[in-house]
Amino acid sequence: MSFLTVTFAALFYVATAIFLIGVVRKIVIFAKTPAPLKIPTTPAPTTKTGVVLRMFREVAFFESLFKSTKWTWLFGWVFHMALFAVLFRHLRYFMDPVPAIVEWVSPLIEYLAFAMIIGLLGLWARRLLVDRVRYISAPSDHLMLLLLLLIGISGASMTFVAHTDIIAVKEFFRGLLTFSWGSMPNLPADPFLIVHLALVALLLIIFPISKLLHAPGVFFSPTRNQVDNPREQRHIAPWAQKLEDRS
Amino acid sequence: MAKKPIEFEVPKLTEYTEVPAVTPDTMAHSSPYVSKVEFQEPLGYPGELVDGWQDKAIGAMGEMLGKYRSLQVFLDSCVKCGACTDKCHYYLGTSDPKNMPVARQDLLRKVYRRYFTFAGKYFPKLVGAVDLDKEVLDDWYSYFHQCSQCRRCSVFCPYGIDTAEISMAAREIMDRIGLGQKYCNEIINKVFKIGNNLGLPENALADTLEGLEEDVEDETGVAVKYPLDKKGADILLVTPSADFFAEPHVDGLIGYGKVFHEAGADWTLSSKASEAANFGMFIGSYENMRRISLRIREAALELGVKRIIFGECGHAWRVAYSFLNTLAGPFDFLDPKYPVPQHILEFTWGEIQKGTLNIDKSRNDDMVLTFHDSCNVARASRMGDEPGGQFTIPRNVIKAVCNNFVDMAPDTIHEKTFCCGGGGGLLTDDLMELRVKGAKPRMDALSTVIEDHGVTHMAAICAICKAQFTKVLPFYGMGMDMIQSVHGLVSNAIILTGQVDDDDEEDAEDAA
Repeated sequence: MSFLTVTFAALFYVATAIFLIGVVRKIVIFAKTPAPLKIPTTPAPTTKTGVVLRMFREVAFFESLFKSTKWTWLFGWVFHMALFAVLFRHLRYFMDPVPAIVEWVSPLIEYLAFAMIIGLLGLWARRLLVDRVRYISAPSDHLMLLLLLLIGISGASMTFVAHTDIIAVKEFFRGLLTFSWGSMPNLPADPFLIVHLALVALLLIIFPISKLLHAPGVFFSPTRNQVDNPREQRHIAPWAQKLEDRS
Repeated sequence: MAKKPIEFEVPKLTEYTEVPAVTPDTMAHSSPYVSKVEFQEPLGYPGELVDGWQDKAIGAMGEMLGKYRSLQVFLDSCVKCGACTDKCHYYLGTSDPKNMPVARQDLLRKVYRRYFTFAGKYFPKLVGAVDLDKEVLDDWYSYFHQCSQCRRCSVFCPYGIDTAEISMAAREIMDRIGLGQKYCNEIINKVFKIGNNLGLPENALADTLEGLEEDVEDETGVAVKYPLDKKGADILLVTPSADFFAEPHVDGLIGYGKVFHEAGADWTLSSKASEAANFGMFIGSYENMRRISLRIREAALELGVKRIIFGECGHAWRVAYSFLNTLAGPFDFLDPKYPVPQHILEFTWGEIQKGTLNIDKSRNDDMVLTFHDSCNVARASRMGDEPGGQFTIPRNVIKAVCNNFVDMAPDTIHEKTFCCGGGGGLLTDDLMELRVKGAKPRMDALSTVIEDHGVTHMAAICAICKAQFTKVLPFYGMGMDMIQSVHGLVSNAIILTGQVDDDDEEDAEDAA
């Protein structure tokens, strides 16, 4: 096995471990921290079903953002949806055999890579051009967009500019996934592939320590996930119950 | 020690509120009087800024991160998308970028990152993390007292991040290191010592209510009662103490009494719970908020009432509707037929629907009304059984007692309503500049309906809104008496059973 192959194999194991442990740890913290008071932003649903629907509208359509700023909504929504479509298409590089649905939609969503890139460019333009958004941006906010853009561009380049030996790439990742390192081929030393994979690994590593935590965070947001029923049902946190037991 | 009043320019009103360009530090000088030892200690806080306050503040932050999911999730989840940046009335009125909700949160978030996150510990510059020093603390004190906790930003945030939660946490951290705000903490002391925000003792309260009874009887010829501490009454009314004498608040109280009278309800006020307001929420203190709420439970038990109804007050209704069951429940000793607590508007709207009130709408014909949705009612509570009842019920009541009603622009009402500029513990003279400037978006919308629809008055259902508008309207060239209590309108329009009006008497005399 080439040095490159060994390095990337190790990198992806480490990055995936950091990603999984980091995100699970954070989700456990979010889940375990009590929400002592009912604080849904009202008008809010009065039933659990209503809350599920509200959350669905929030994560599928970005309902609140739509109320706020149409440009940010447009670029943000296009970017996220294209990203999910592109990630879905990536299943063909990990699954054997490739599910029919993935095979079938792949050619249809190929071009969504451009939508993703356009969405990111739009978001970055806002960050640079709108004085208020520029004011609140830290270096990491710009770098995050740069990282995602480079991942998108390097990936799209392999589809539209210079193909890599995708069969070898797939067998490399199948090997990683099944821990069958013996049969792993060498990773092709194509620049677009190396950049793409290195940056994806970086993204996995910084995910749990960055603002990308908004992905699990939104599901735990008390203003969005609470049922508006404080008069009907008493809501009390364990630490608040202790105050009562004391008095 | 009176601070010299700060000279400032009153913003010019515009037809639509425009988003100003970022102008750093325009409000850096604005900060309220710091609390004193005698107001701090009874609330369980150190009297003045303690030694080693940095470590203690970080310790307090760590403890609160473990107690409030909102704080933990909100500090971690912001992506700086900018959706909230043009939503805060204080930013729109002052153009100070630290009044943008995300920038206000970042004052706390950058310290959180420095001490509690990997990225902030090892790459502070990259992620904008900073040490907690005196300069940061000064910014906290200044800008966390430029947030009225109105939650407008949380409506628009894709993750529902609520700056109110961050401001409350920041104020609690500051209180715990001995840096409290005088206005709020002095008032909470009055509640504990005397029973209400205004420090009205029981006998003064009794006198005031007697006076009201006389006034109403003089005016109508009907003996409407305003009972205090009446044991065995069915309903305990808890109302903001401003209702006892401030204008236009007191017209509302007169109205509640008339509605109860006509409904044949047996009700009482309590000298112990002679205050609906709960400033414990403003300072983010669960313990103090709970202690204030427990007075209401105790009063209900002592008086043996069956129901609790709250008068017109915005944040009080949030604490009552959303928190009271948590803080002072369970209320299994009350009549389970009724929600606990109820809003006076829910009661009045019920009576209007039942037809128990004899209403002459034309008695409000001298006014063209609009309605100001109070932030805490709009975005942190509900009325009635349906989501959005907090918007429809007050409007239904107003329309039932007035012929002329016009709403303000859609993006300034309902869940998108603008704060009056004085909520969240900022209704103090030492923050006058902030209050005037923060009122601009509401004033813009109001002046537009005045011009376009001839609106003459604006009704509100919050003691703070009413007091704030009374003070601020003149700065914008409008009359302080434009602001009305919704139950003041009800009071005008109700014809009590057996009511004899002065006019009618005169007419009768003329005829004779």
